[in-house]
Order: sequence, then structure tokens, then C-alpha cells
Amino acid sequence: MNLLRQLWRSSLGKKYAMALTGVALFGFVVGHLLGNLQVFGAPELINSYAHFLKSKPGLLWGARLGLLSCVALHIVAAVQLTLLNRSARPIGYAGGSAYGSAWKSRYMALSGSVILAFVIYHLLHFTAMQPGINGVGDFNKLKTTLAGEPVADVYAMMILGFQVPWVSLVYLIAQTLLFLHLSHGLSSLFQSLGFRNHVWWPRITAASQIVSVVVFIGYASIPVAVLAGLGRDHAQKAKAALSSQPLESPESSIAGVAKEALK
Amino acid sequence: MKVTLKVWRQKDQKAPGGFQIYQSPELNPNMSFLEMLDVVNEDLAGRGEDPIAFDHDCREGICGTCSLVIDGKPHGPHQGVATCQTYMRSFRNGVEIVIEPFRARPFPIIKDLVCDRKSFDRIQQAGGFISVRTGSTPDANSILIPKENSDLAMDAAQCIGCGACVAACKNASAMLFVSAKVSHFGLLPQGQPERHRRVTAMVQQMDEEGFGACTVTGSCEAVCPKSISLDFIARMNRDFAVALLKGGPKKPSSGGAG
Repeated sequence: MNLLRQLWRSSLGKKYAMALTGVALFGFVVGHLLGNLQVFGAPELINSYAHFLKSKPGLLWGARLGLLSCVALHIVAAVQLTLLNRSARPIGYAGGSAYGSAWKSRYMALSGSVILAFVIYHLLHFTAMQPGINGVGDFNKLKTTLAGEPVADVYAMMILGFQVPWVSLVYLIAQTLLFLHLSHGLSSLFQSLGFRNHVWWPRITAASQIVSVVVFIGYASIPVAVLAGLGRDHAQKAKAALSSQPLESPESSIAGVAKEALK
Repeated sequence: MKVTLKVWRQKDQKAPGGFQIYQSPELNPNMSFLEMLDVVNEDLAGRGEDPIAFDHDCREGICGTCSLVIDGKPHGPHQGVATCQTYMRSFRNGVEIVIEPFRARPFPIIKDLVCDRKSFDRIQQAGGFISVRTGSTPDANSILIPKENSDLAMDAAQCIGCGACVAACKNASAMLFVSAKVSHFGLLPQGQPERHRRVTAMVQQMDEEGFGACTVTGSCEAVCPKSISLDFIARMNRDFAVALLKGGPKKPSSGGAG
């Protein structure tokens, strides 16, 4: 406990916290991307993956709470460090400042704040499924069957969700800021934790750039592909389910279609 | 040549400051920047005005006394050069030059362009030394030091403690200075016994002085008149973590040999 208190009290210790929680959150970003990319397969692929996650509430909530504590730690450390940094120079320069700094490094607080706002929107959009903010309707009504079991039709939800142009635009903007945040943060965390020398630094920065670009392309490809027509037929049928009242007869809905497809 | 100066004037630490514009007299382009200020001051004194206060000492780039943020960059337009070795030929004739003091809460302004950098002295006093006398110059090769380590230690030892790293950093962070002082001893055998105590004490003092944290912007490295590398900051981050994990020195056990 004493060690933790000592760490938290020092500016270096807070940077370690930023770096380590950053690693954990980056791990989630990669895992989440791999899960989402299954949308490029058959609808059953991502639906069964989503069903698998939902069927393990212990695992799911364990991961969620772990991530939430990482997010909280990352934000609290960031806010405290930013306040410290601001107070360290009460009067600024008139002749320009931050000479020679990488521009992305100057906007970490801004990009981080936008990403936080996006994460809240994203959770309300696809996790809490608030009908008011998706521009489509009630995603709770999207159901399909997997091996005779009724499950949520995540595939249809994603396709219908991203067919709304402004929603896709919000996602693309957020991904651009995530790219900026990662392309500085990924390499900097090596610096904060002390894993750097003159041989490895160019490699670390290059690898961080490449990884950030790959993550950006991966995430951005989903709304772009949907706007370009991915899953259009499936979405047409799912849309009928949205406008109809609660599903009674399976034949009238996407569930029936999926059942046919599975046979 | 002639230039226009936009200079920060401030009577003392408490008084509010502001910019004033001065026309320089005729200058020789081979004057150093500080010599140019001397000439301007002579002109001001001749007119009965208060000369511009600025820090200077050796004027050959090794003492770390000169400061000044010139057109937004500490130590003027060049890389790896202090203000005292910046020459007027680096400026265009007739141009306006903005001159400001180093700005940071731990560097309060004493007058005009002079700031108080005692916070750096206090960081040094917290651990930037070797407690036990290590003797005079030893015979060659009596203490073996790997070439890479001695080279790196000398790179770190180049730090003249001018504070340009703090002045340039958007967070007014002193990490480059402190890390150079920590690494300078941490890389040599004489510095090993106090290595962990040194890094914790110096980092603690740095935090107490109110410097900001490092966000790896690279400004410090870009303006350092001795081109000290960000690598040293990583080395200090590593040393500090190891020092905290290992804890303070253990109490000697009773008995034993001797």
C-alpha cells in the first residue's frame, strides 16, 4: 500500500498508471476490433460470438469492471497530470510555444475527451440499445435463432445502425481521434515505462504508427462497408421486423428467414 | 544592420510585466545576441532609461546562465546552441524579434528577462552528487568502464542546467534536466551505491518544486543547447521504478564478518 501511495504521489508514478492502463485499454481495442470484424462473415458468425459473450455473464462483467477501472484510473491520472501541467506555467508565451513538439502530443487531452464522449455514445447505442439515439428504431426487437435458440440479431443491428449516415460519420470521427491518440500514446507508453534507447526508439515509433493505422482501417472499414452496401439484403428483412409489432410468428420476421438459412 | 526588439519588461517579481518595443542602434551582424543587448542597453542608459536586465556569464556556451526565449524558441533560432553563441547574422535586417524570459512557476521572474532558477539547485542538492570522496584522477584502467557507458554518461554530463527544457516544454516539465543529472552518475561505477536513493530524492524534489509531467512532446530535446536525448528520460523512468520496487536501504543485520 505504501508503495502504491508513493507511486501515485509522484508525477512519474502517475505516468506509469497512464501507461499500464493504456496497455490494457489498447488490448481491449484490439480484441473488440477482432470481434467486430466478424461482421464481414455470415450473420451467424457474429451472432454466435455475441451470444457466446452474453452467455458468460461472469466473464463479461469481470471484463467490463476491469475495463471500467482502467478507464477510471486513466482518466483520473490524466486529469490530475493535466492540471499539474497547466499550473506549472501560469503565464504563457507571446512568441509561440511548444517549439519542436510533435503536434499529436499536444492534443492528447482533447482526443481523449472526444473518445470518452464517443465511448458513452457507443455504449448507449449498441450496448444499452437506446432507441432515441440510433436513428433507426428499437434494436431490442431484432431477434434471430441460433440452433433453435432465440438470440439477439447483432448482425442486423450493426448493419441497420451504420446505414444511418450521421451515425457512421460520428464513428469515423471518433476513430480518427482514436488513431491520433494511439499514434502518440502507444510509443509514449514505452517512454513512460522506461523501455527505450536510441536503437529501439525509431522501431517503437514506427511500429506504433503502423499499429495505429491498422486499427483505424479495421474499425473504419465497418461503417464504410455498410454504407457501401454490406448486408443490405439482410437489413431489408430486419427492417420489416422493426416496423412490425413484437414478434409472434417466426415466419413473419428475420428469425424465420435465418431459420430458413440455417436449414 | 538594425532590428526591432519586442522585450518583456517587468520591474520585479510582484509587479505585472508587459512588452515594450525598442529600436536597436546600428549593429554589426557578427555581434552575439547578448552583445546586441549590451549595445541596446548602452543606448537606453544614454537616454536615461532603465537598461534591460538579462542573465549572462561565460558567453561561451558552457555555464548555462544565459536564457531568453527568442521568437518562441529558448536560446534562439539554432539547434544545439545557447543564446550567447547565437549571432545577429542569423536574423534578417530590420526584423522584429520577440524576447521573453523562461516561463514556469518554479522559475519566478526576478526582473525583465532574469528568472530565478534556484529550483534546479535544490533538485541537485537533493541527490545530484556522490557523498563519498572518490579520490583524485585515478590511473587509467584502474576502474574499468564500458565505452558505451562512459560515452552516455558524458552525453548526460553535458547538461549545463540552463532550464531551456523547462522553458520549451508545454508542461514546463524538468524531466530532461533531472534525467541528465540522474543518468550522469547512474551510468558510472562511482554513482552506483547511491543510485536508487538519488533518483527517488531528485524526482521527489522535482515534483515538490511544481514542474509539470512529461508528455513526450520532444520540445526539450529540440531546444537543448547540448542536444541531450529523450532517452535519458526513459532511463530515469526505469531507474525510478526499480528504486521504488527495491525500497530503501536495508538495515544492516547484526553480527557477520568483520
